[in-house]
Amino acid sequence: MDPSADLTSHAPAAHDPHHHDEHGHDHHELGWWRKYVFSTDHKVIGIQYLITGLIFLFLGFTLMMLMRWQLAYPGKALPVLGPMLNVLFGRGSMPEGIMAPDFYNSLGAMHGTIMIFLGVVPVAFAAFGNYVVPLQIGAPDMTFPKINMASYWAFFVGGIIMLISFFVPGGAAKSGWTAYTPLSVIADSGPGHHIIMNGQTLWLIGFVFLITSSLLGAVNFITTIIQLRAKGLTWMRLPFFVWAQFITAFLLLLAFPPLEAAAVMQLMDRLAATSFFMPTGLVVSGAALNISGGGSPILWQHLFWFLGHPEVYVLILPAMGIVAEILANNTRKPLWGYKSLVFAALVLGFLSFIVWAHHMWLTGMGTVVSAFFQTTTLIISIPSVIILSAFFISLWGGSIRFNTPMLFATAFLPMFGIGGLTGIPLAFNAADIYLHDTYYVIAHFHYIVAPGTIFALFAGVYFWFPKATGRMMSEFWGKVHFWPSLICMNVIFLPMFLQGMLSIHRRWYDGGQGWALSNEKVWGLSGFEWNVPISIAAWVMGLAQIPFIINFFWSIKYGKKVNDNPWEATTLEWAAPSPPPHGNFAVVPTAHRGPYEYSLPGRERDFTMQNEPIRDSDRRAYEAAAAAHD
Amino acid sequence: MNESNSPAASESVVQAHPEHDDHHDVSKHIKKYLMVGGLLMIFTIITVALSYFDFGSHKANIAVGMLVATFKAGLVAAIFMHLSAERHLVYQILIFTTFFVLVLFWLTYLAWYDPVVR
Amino acid sequence: MEIPYTTTARPDTGLWNAKIGIWLFLASEVMLFGGLFSAYIFLRLDAAPGHWPRGLLNVPVGTMNTAILIASSVTVVLAWAALKMRQFSKYKFYMGITILCGIVFLVVKLAYEWPIKFHHFGAKITPAALEKYEPYLGNAHLREGGYEPRVEISGHLENPEALHDESIREYHIKLDAANAEPLNPDNDRPRFWPAPMSDKIAHVSKDDVQLASMYVPKHSTFFATYFTITGLHGLHVLGGVIVFIYLWLPVSARLYKRNPEQLANRVEVAGLFWHFVDLVWIFVFPLFYLL
Repeated sequence: MDPSADLTSHAPAAHDPHHHDEHGHDHHELGWWRKYVFSTDHKVIGIQYLITGLIFLFLGFTLMMLMRWQLAYPGKALPVLGPMLNVLFGRGSMPEGIMAPDFYNSLGAMHGTIMIFLGVVPVAFAAFGNYVVPLQIGAPDMTFPKINMASYWAFFVGGIIMLISFFVPGGAAKSGWTAYTPLSVIADSGPGHHIIMNGQTLWLIGFVFLITSSLLGAVNFITTIIQLRAKGLTWMRLPFFVWAQFITAFLLLLAFPPLEAAAVMQLMDRLAATSFFMPTGLVVSGAALNISGGGSPILWQHLFWFLGHPEVYVLILPAMGIVAEILANNTRKPLWGYKSLVFAALVLGFLSFIVWAHHMWLTGMGTVVSAFFQTTTLIISIPSVIILSAFFISLWGGSIRFNTPMLFATAFLPMFGIGGLTGIPLAFNAADIYLHDTYYVIAHFHYIVAPGTIFALFAGVYFWFPKATGRMMSEFWGKVHFWPSLICMNVIFLPMFLQGMLSIHRRWYDGGQGWALSNEKVWGLSGFEWNVPISIAAWVMGLAQIPFIINFFWSIKYGKKVNDNPWEATTLEWAAPSPPPHGNFAVVPTAHRGPYEYSLPGRERDFTMQNEPIRDSDRRAYEAAAAAHD
Repeated sequence: MNESNSPAASESVVQAHPEHDDHHDVSKHIKKYLMVGGLLMIFTIITVALSYFDFGSHKANIAVGMLVATFKAGLVAAIFMHLSAERHLVYQILIFTTFFVLVLFWLTYLAWYDPVVR
Repeated sequence: MEIPYTTTARPDTGLWNAKIGIWLFLASEVMLFGGLFSAYIFLRLDAAPGHWPRGLLNVPVGTMNTAILIASSVTVVLAWAALKMRQFSKYKFYMGITILCGIVFLVVKLAYEWPIKFHHFGAKITPAALEKYEPYLGNAHLREGGYEPRVEISGHLENPEALHDESIREYHIKLDAANAEPLNPDNDRPRFWPAPMSDKIAHVSKDDVQLASMYVPKHSTFFATYFTITGLHGLHVLGGVIVFIYLWLPVSARLYKRNPEQLANRVEVAGLFWHFVDLVWIFVFPLFYLL
């Protein structure tokens, strides 16, 4: 694929004889920069997203490891590292190694922002989607390769802006990752703050870039899946991963723009002193603000959560897609209930747009609105349960291969289950009044995104690594990565449910030390004391990622060489060479069957790839299966 | 190269199923475009005029104004943007979008309308 | 390796790639402006009586700009039709007019409509002092007619230094017609032709003023939404114009010779965007200028 044939935002590319000649030319003259940095190849972009995203994931996690010190030992100096951080971040962020409240708030806000928007979404959606989707649908590339490149670079710029914000006067954004108004509008403003170069403004500007990146990506993904499916690859023959990415792209496409509008409005509030989100008569530090008022803080929450809730499914759907691929592959039998999975995912995507206000039970909504959102929220648990059930049933009777990807994928199931089920009390507004903004909520959604989504991402990295490099990652070190991670995850998040039920608030700077209920003993430790084992588990988990990092880079060069289909999988990406060349397939594949034809009776191998033509024995097997079904 | 994926093959497919805007058709449409343009101008004047007419309450005026605007927008979408004869896929995308944008309007309105206390 | 369906339609969808791409993009644009308009609805419903001003924008100019945008929508579709009929000079002509219309629209907005607002002054009176300024506000008269109260005294600020100088305790305002003759029934409702400013000068004490501001976004939620939405809309117009200029430059002639259908496709995609921008304006115009 050569760049001159790519599309610009508004126009299809030329394809005519003259142009073809030009191709041949610059095809071979692609310099290093165009090949590895400003590349339009979906695989290179996918890997760029993966590596950038993983770095941001680790960075976001590092912020949390720092916060865990303050929570476990509030007011105590962090030895060695503390004074160094004070020099690095300046402005008395950690005077004498003791974490300042503002710095703590910055860490919390940026942990959320970085993990979600710079870590999980880029890896789950953009990295795996870019690398795997075109291969799985038998396409030469994405439909708009230049837009694809623009999407990555918009993301990159957004990420850099977020990073820069740590080092401006006043430090990074500190109003939570949700940036609730009016707090976020008055934060980082006034004397000592630059009008643009301050944490919250940079956060908003960075956000506009990230949203733009997501939109460009979403347009590209949807068009690619609609237009570039290989011959014979009908909708119901798509791998579940492709479906998951397709729905995710729609969520990003339609849910992100209202937040972009909201971000622009908050920027106006900060830069032009408008009052979109500023109520009448707001008094700050004893003085009335010189603004018109008349705005609504709740409006921000509506627009934020209109994105925010679909975003939850943006985080989980690609993970489910990855898990589905790996489960089918390693149980060596078809995914159970493929159709119900697809329809459940579609319903999930649809419903995710009309549940957002369940994040806002305490904003003073009336009973009618609350009842509406409570009902939709409970309904949305049905498709989630269908998906999870189908995954569990898929395990039934399989001769399971417990390789590293499969370990992570199977761990996903109970972890996601715990996260999902503990969400139900939060869906009821009566129960949520008690649990709102406590560590219970933290535990609930982290079970979904941390041991849930992030485990699925690890599974995906181990699973598709041989496709991208032609080499395997080490199984041994994979297991050394898996087991401590699994144990630490649970030591971190299970006690948080207890803390939450003791009403320890998620944003307290002292870990709940000053709160009477924190002294209640649960399982031998008080609510506050539980912070210590949690923090230790968090730091151990940081160490547990080292085998992964080493394994990843070591295996690129020295991993065991394998053939094009080392997992003996059925979907089309395994029909391409490893690593796939520019343009992907030597022969454009044609799909003849569904995505998960494992252990098809009458076949000599226990997997039948999608591009293998139908034989008579297959027909007999299908008929027998249909008869058994009746 | 597989058949349906090669540009050459798909070109022949398209020749077999010409799009609705064939060269001859287009010349027929020009009159329609001009008429719709004229209609939009007229309705712009009507919108302005109606806003100075008292429909009893300000709310009624807003409703009438929005009705006319929706009609105009419908004309632009149907004729200029060819939505009156477009492929199903485009309709499917737009149906969802319209639904969600209405949900956004309606639910934020509802949230405003039904607070616990005012 | 070519990417398929860049200019020709995929048989089962009947569409080429960029056409799906632009419709998806427009879907996201609908949601973007949807977010802004839902903010408009929310803030307008939430506004206290008298705090959502009406009749402050110049309706004849707004109407003219609407007409210009509609005309450009017609010419862009004619430009596309000309390409379809392989009449290149006609295409250049219509496209030229479209570009011109877009530029005129922006110039009117940026060089006339916005600056004139930036130089207009308004002082919102505190509730306690409303009675004191009744001769400029005429609220008793408005109440009788069932209209929303007037809470602002506006016009030309004769002593602009008062905005920054704390020692000056009064604003000297050369009054707008509505504040000069608040009892005149013509001023009860917005009018088509903006009424000329009076020669009367009012002295308003700073102690009685809740918020003094030029007609900038800060002035009120009305101007905040007005400037944000028309500003974002203006950026879209600018983007469209830039794309059209690109499609009008000699590059397009070369592409036309090589592959006219592809140029037509590009114009169609850009045109769809342009119509959408027009469509947004069709709602912006009555919501801000008229209603």
